[in-house]
Parts: sequence; C-alpha cells; structure tokens
Amino acid sequence: MAYSDKVIDHYSNPRNVGTLDKSKKNVGTGLVGAPECGDVMRLQIEVDEATNTITDAKFKTFGCGSAIASSSLATEWLKGKTVDEALSIDNMEIVEELALPPVKIHCSVLAEDAIKSAINDYRVKNGLPALEEAKSHH
Amino acid sequence: MLKLPIYLDNNATTPLDPRVLEAMMPYLTEVFGNAASRNHPFGWAAEEAVDYAREQIAQLINSDPKEIIFTSGATESDNLGIKGVFEMYSQKGNHIITATTEHKAVLDTCKHIEKLGGKVTYLPVNREGLISLADLEAAMTPQTILVTIMYGNNETGTIQPIREIAAIAHKHGALFMTDGTQAVGKIPVDVQADGIDIMAFTGHKMYGPKGIGALYVRRKNPRVKVTAQMDGGGHERGMRSGTLNVPGIVGLGKACELARLEMDSDAKRLSAMRDRLENSLLELEESYVNGSREYRLPHVTNISFTYVEGEGLMMGVKDLAVSSGSACTSASLEPSYVLKALGLSDDLAHSSLRFGLSRFTTDEQIDYAINHVKEAVNKLREMSPLWEMFKEGVDLSKIEWAEH
Repeated sequence: MAYSDKVIDHYSNPRNVGTLDKSKKNVGTGLVGAPECGDVMRLQIEVDEATNTITDAKFKTFGCGSAIASSSLATEWLKGKTVDEALSIDNMEIVEELALPPVKIHCSVLAEDAIKSAINDYRVKNGLPALEEAKSHH
Repeated sequence: MLKLPIYLDNNATTPLDPRVLEAMMPYLTEVFGNAASRNHPFGWAAEEAVDYAREQIAQLINSDPKEIIFTSGATESDNLGIKGVFEMYSQKGNHIITATTEHKAVLDTCKHIEKLGGKVTYLPVNREGLISLADLEAAMTPQTILVTIMYGNNETGTIQPIREIAAIAHKHGALFMTDGTQAVGKIPVDVQADGIDIMAFTGHKMYGPKGIGALYVRRKNPRVKVTAQMDGGGHERGMRSGTLNVPGIVGLGKACELARLEMDSDAKRLSAMRDRLENSLLELEESYVNGSREYRLPHVTNISFTYVEGEGLMMGVKDLAVSSGSACTSASLEPSYVLKALGLSDDLAHSSLRFGLSRFTTDEQIDYAINHVKEAVNKLREMSPLWEMFKEGVDLSKIEWAEH
C-alpha cells in the first residue's frame, strides 16, 4: 500500500513520542484499541490548570504507519489548545491532513478516541463529570 | 553498491535464472511450433524440446518422464490432483485428508469437494507446524481415497514427515499426494523413495518462469489416473488439455536441471546464511522462530517480534521485500491462518516476518537486512505502549482492552 508523504514523515520522524507522569493530577491518559486488533494508542496530555491549556502531549502507539502518524499528528495539534478546543478535534480532519485511504480511517477514529479518553481521564481526576461521548463510544 | 530494496520474498516467487531465460529464448522466437503438430518440422522441434524438458524434470524427482503432466502452475496442479482423484475414485470412496496449514490452492479445493458431497478431514498441527502421524492414522477410513499433505510449508518452511505419511496412506489403500511447490528444487524430493503418488509443483519457485507447473502422476505401483478438469484436445495423456506452453516447459526443464546440479551447494550456502540472519535477529529480546527449526527448508525463516505491529514493521523495513504474517491491507485484519494453526495468538501472528532466501542472495544483503530489521524493531518498540508495559512488568492479558 502506498502511504502519503505526510504519513511517511510522521512515521519516520514521530513527534512527541514518550511518557508523561500519569500519577500527576494535571496529566490525563487515554489508552485505546486492543493488541489483537493490531492497534493500541496511548495518548497523554498535561494541562495548565490556570488557563485550561494543554502544555504538553505525548504518545506511544502500537500499530501500522497510519496509526502512528494519526497519533503523532494528534499530539502536535493538542499542544497549545485549550481542553475545550481539543475536544472539537474531529477524526475527519486527521484523515484529510494525512490523506488516509478509506481502509485507514479507523486509525483516525482511534486517535480521536484517544484524545477524548485522555481529556476524560483529566476531567475525572479533577472532579469534573465524565464526558458522555467517551463513556459511550465503544 | 547494494541495490535497494533487497528481495527476500523468494517463497512468493524467485527471479528467473539467466541460464533458464537463455534456454527459453529460441522457443519464444524462431522455434514457435505447436508440440501437437505431428506433420511438420515446426511441431517436431517443439515436441522434442518438450520431451527433453520432461526428462530433465523426471530426473530431478526420480520419476518416469511420462509421469509428468504439464499445467499452468501449482494452483492448477493442486486442483487437478485433488478434484481429479475425487472424480476418478468416486466408486471407492469420498473421503480426503489434508492439514490446516496447507496452501489455499489445496484448502479451497477441499472446500469445493465438500460442496460436492465429499468428506474432508483437516488435521491440526503442533507448535512446530507438524501433523501427528497418530492423528492421521486415526482419521483413515475405508472411504479415504486421498491423503494430501504439503512437503514444505510456504510460510514457515516446516517439512512434514512425508515418507511416514505416505506409508500410512498406502497401508489403508489411499493415494498420497503432496504439494511440493516450496520443496521441489530446494531439497531432495524422490517420488519413489518418498512414496508419492501425485505431486504438484511449479517453475517460478525454483528460478524458472511463471505460468508453468506440473503434476506428477504415478503410472506404476499403483497406476494412478486423475479425471481431467478441462475438456479439449486430450493433451497430456488425456489429463490436461490445452496447447503446451513450450517456452515455459523448456524453462521448467532447465530450472529442474540446474536445481539437480546445484541443490546441494545452494542448500548448504543458504542454510548458513539463513542461520546467520535468524540467530542475529533472535538477539532481539522477545523474538521467536515460528515453525520447526529441525525439519525445515534451508532458505526460509519466519520470526515474530512481540509488541511490534506487523504492518508498522513492514513499513519500517521498507528496504527489504519480505512478507508479514498479517494481511492487513484490507479493512479487516486477518492474521496468517498458518501461524494461528501453530497456536500463535493474533498479535504474535501479526508481528511476524517471513524471509525467503534465494540462489542470488548475498552475504552483504543479509548483513544489511539484519541491521535494518533490528533498527526497525527497536524504533517501533520505543514507540510501543505495549513494550513499555511489558518492560514495567504489566500483564497485558489482564488489561481490559477497549475493543475497537
């Protein structure tokens, strides 16, 4: 299968690979996917509580090139956004940016799920109600 | 200078040996006659070339030249062998025994037989990919007309105990067929000593051309016949109609001759190279060889690298042409049924690479491949949340994964 240049770029030079301290109150962690399905994404955000802004984002992904690129791109987009702005990231924006073919759309869906799951974790840790969508997505 | 990408997918197909092309050339140009044209020299020249090729092929597998039926390839040969026996021996019985790790050309043909009312037993394999002779013995019935078990597996290279299997089939009055596609030309295959009644094989897995294959059909002790699956001019002793592919046949003949002469030295060189590749890659933590390391084709290794996803790995080893255990180019991720039959979990099957070496593979290419794969696996593990959890001692089987 031919990958787009952007997928190849993110795969070859992934942005923000790493791990944040998940025990910190202002770090939200999302772990989505399953090994037997061939994709597992872990996406983490660190939030400046005063401004509600995402100051750092890290990911680790087990998956194909499109899954790695989707999560790498997601961390790029998350940094500097407020938590509310981050919630509005739609998987189709990832599809467009990376020119994912139809069989790889699920990678973008997984990345969106990972963002929502990380935000949800952050919200729950900070006494906010869980997101409806994240709770019922699967 | 090393040319990239490096071709290490020789179980899929091999390049044409230049000596084979040279032998074929006249038959693609000036010697164009139809081997069935009996009344002029154009036909005679073609027929002579076909007869000579038949001898070259027969010598490789220790058969009589008359026992070689030319086909378009191993898939057709598998179809003709299985369907042809099922039709020809329907008075005797309707039961066929095969194994779960066979090629689709055998498995799907057997499924077709089931639709026609036949009964098929699919023997399981153990962790090494070998069938159990006790299972085979237990599966034999008075209605069993055919046992068909491949010689060497295309994904793992595992070699089945062919002689023992043939002996069991014969003891119960059944015929023994083998799909010899990966084995013929790579290891000694002797239809007499091995007790093979029917065997499918093809040119393009042994440095010959594509589009030409053969079915060995025994003529003596016992005399075996298969019902033709294509109607026409009655070529190939009535078992396979169709104008003979003379250049292809000449190429297959030459490829068989070269294999007979060079098999021993090729096998020695390739198994040493394969072992070096394999042992170097096994230096990576959590990497495992799939299939038997004892009973195996000399040029094949199949290795799983845990916590690395197959398609991502394939992308990481872009300088190599290899196959992966996952067929995830489609929306549904289907891990290799062969590796699953060995007992591998879906994720381990997805994380596997198959390396197939050839006569043309060099030490320099293997050196490059070793470093390239190691780099890719290490890089992807750095990026893998599963690897991190494994390193932290998390039991991944205890995690409740959000199924996607």
